[in-house]
Amino acid sequence: MSDALLEVKELHLHYPLKKRHLLDKPSAFKAVNGVSLFVNPGETLGLVGESGCGKSSLGKAILNLQTPTAGEVWFQKTDISKLSNREMRPIRRDLQMIFQDPYESLNSRHTVSSILEEPLIIHSLGDRNQRRKTVSALLDQVGLPQSAANKYPHEFSGGQRQRIGIARAIALQPKLLICDEPVSALDVSVQAQILNLLMDIQQDMGLAMLFISHDLSVVRHMSDRIAVMHQGQIVETGNAEDIYCQPQHDYTRLLLDSIPQIAQ
Amino acid sequence: MSSIVNRSPEKAQAKPDACLSVSRLCVSIRDPEQRDTKGRPLSSEMVSDVSFTIAAGQTLGLVGESGCGKSLTAMAIVDLLPKPQVYQSGGEISFNGQRIDSNDPKALKALRGKKVAVIFQDPMTALNPVQRTGQQIEEVLKLHFPKMDKSQRRQRSIQLLNDVGIPSPENRIDAYPHQFSGGMRQRLMIAMALAGEPDLLIADEPTTALDVTIQAQIVALLKKLQQERNMAMLFITHDLALVSQVSDHVVVMYAGKIVEQQDVPHIFSQPRHPYTKGLIAALPAAVARAPKTKLDAMPGQVPSIDAMPTGCRFANRCEYANERCEQEAPELTAHETGEISCHHWQTINEASTSGVSKNV
Repeated sequence: MSDALLEVKELHLHYPLKKRHLLDKPSAFKAVNGVSLFVNPGETLGLVGESGCGKSSLGKAILNLQTPTAGEVWFQKTDISKLSNREMRPIRRDLQMIFQDPYESLNSRHTVSSILEEPLIIHSLGDRNQRRKTVSALLDQVGLPQSAANKYPHEFSGGQRQRIGIARAIALQPKLLICDEPVSALDVSVQAQILNLLMDIQQDMGLAMLFISHDLSVVRHMSDRIAVMHQGQIVETGNAEDIYCQPQHDYTRLLLDSIPQIAQ
Repeated sequence: MSSIVNRSPEKAQAKPDACLSVSRLCVSIRDPEQRDTKGRPLSSEMVSDVSFTIAAGQTLGLVGESGCGKSLTAMAIVDLLPKPQVYQSGGEISFNGQRIDSNDPKALKALRGKKVAVIFQDPMTALNPVQRTGQQIEEVLKLHFPKMDKSQRRQRSIQLLNDVGIPSPENRIDAYPHQFSGGMRQRLMIAMALAGEPDLLIADEPTTALDVTIQAQIVALLKKLQQERNMAMLFITHDLALVSQVSDHVVVMYAGKIVEQQDVPHIFSQPRHPYTKGLIAALPAAVARAPKTKLDAMPGQVPSIDAMPTGCRFANRCEYANERCEQEAPELTAHETGEISCHHWQTINEASTSGVSKNV
């Protein structure tokens, strides 16, 4: 396990609650309550749970977007949970995120080409010409036409915007991609296109993914292993097929039974 | 109800047992910025020629992707279109044999809420945040049962909350909507919708904002209440698996038109339209599929409203499309188990049943 790309050890993320009375002891909402997991290079770990179970908080804590209350996050043999923003910067090159809402996660005042160029500029990769080439290669890779470069996000449909979000995330050729509900805002037919794109990219670039979703059937399709999260804790982890076919924990069983199946 | 039916028997084109009948419904949107040569605002059709019927006690599932016109269809039925920009531009809607689309607003108000009730997708925006839940339900009762006195209304509200499975309703009746969880709020919506004892319940994506475990509870509740009251239900969703569990009959819409309608076992066991087939094939869990293999994604995207093709609207994404599809819009054609709108449906289905590769 020591060769894991990402290893999370006993991670806690607590949000302090307001005191009701001056003399009350400080209390906190434990969004992530002692989570341990690992992701090996090139594999996909699915993280599934209902809204409010802490899966997005966990994603943010791993990325150090929210400083964890306690615990360690080891990424490529470095504990990144206590690094400052400046120290995180070189590490973020290898650690990228795709957000749920393709409408809100893109700057509406930037053209697609400047959205895609920005990470390259921040990490001072290549000169202007090289960046142009990278942008056009990225558009190809995510299946957008070259003419997209000079357009603004509002000119695209939800699925296309998610492609832009993916292109931005892979611009720096990261080693780990955290996908937070990447397809839940999309229609079924578009969802399938985006899932296929993510699988293609994973194969081409050999990157690892932490795939966060509430949809167990999507997670099962995408993942090698699945972790089921409930009320801030991981209740069950295992191979995707085992979790799906032989769930051990009561909560996993409830989750599986609740998924509507097509009545044949 | 019976008096309404008897008043205009000559207009009742629908089958006598049909609770709701929609025939060739069109909904259009006016664009105030674009005008024709005479200076009148141009309009574009968002929903075209939609027809279906629902009988009492039956559930019709209306399926389609976002923007296909399924919610507009529902809003046209209850006359909640944001007029005058969006308006019904054609077709007829009859309820228990009486036309309701051209009615005077008064008659419609009596009908709406009492005979036809709607559950919306997002319970938080549909409930009044500054009114106690009891007041909101009692308001419906006040409107539809003017003879009820105050204590009866309160009693009835508590009973309704109890019916939809809200624990200790006598205490919860004075709580505000924000004090309820998402699933409980949706139960409140259902209680409000049922207050007028409707004959038809329109559920517009009632569980989309909820978790799967809560969704299962709400769907079970709706089914139980429907059976107890013999209500007709129009269930609008984009979730094919969900629709297969609640509906007796499914209508699939694409870009404002019905592409296929069939009863429930058949639409999933023998989908006939290429779009329906594509939708089912695109589901990760639809068929036994090896994980991490490619999903059968449909290429392309829905045509935009101002560039609707003259021919079949699905032609640009369809593997069977030829010149005829691009020029001539297919009509809905009846077959043994439903209706389909496709030029090639017979050839496609012969090919898929005999296992011959698909070349049209």
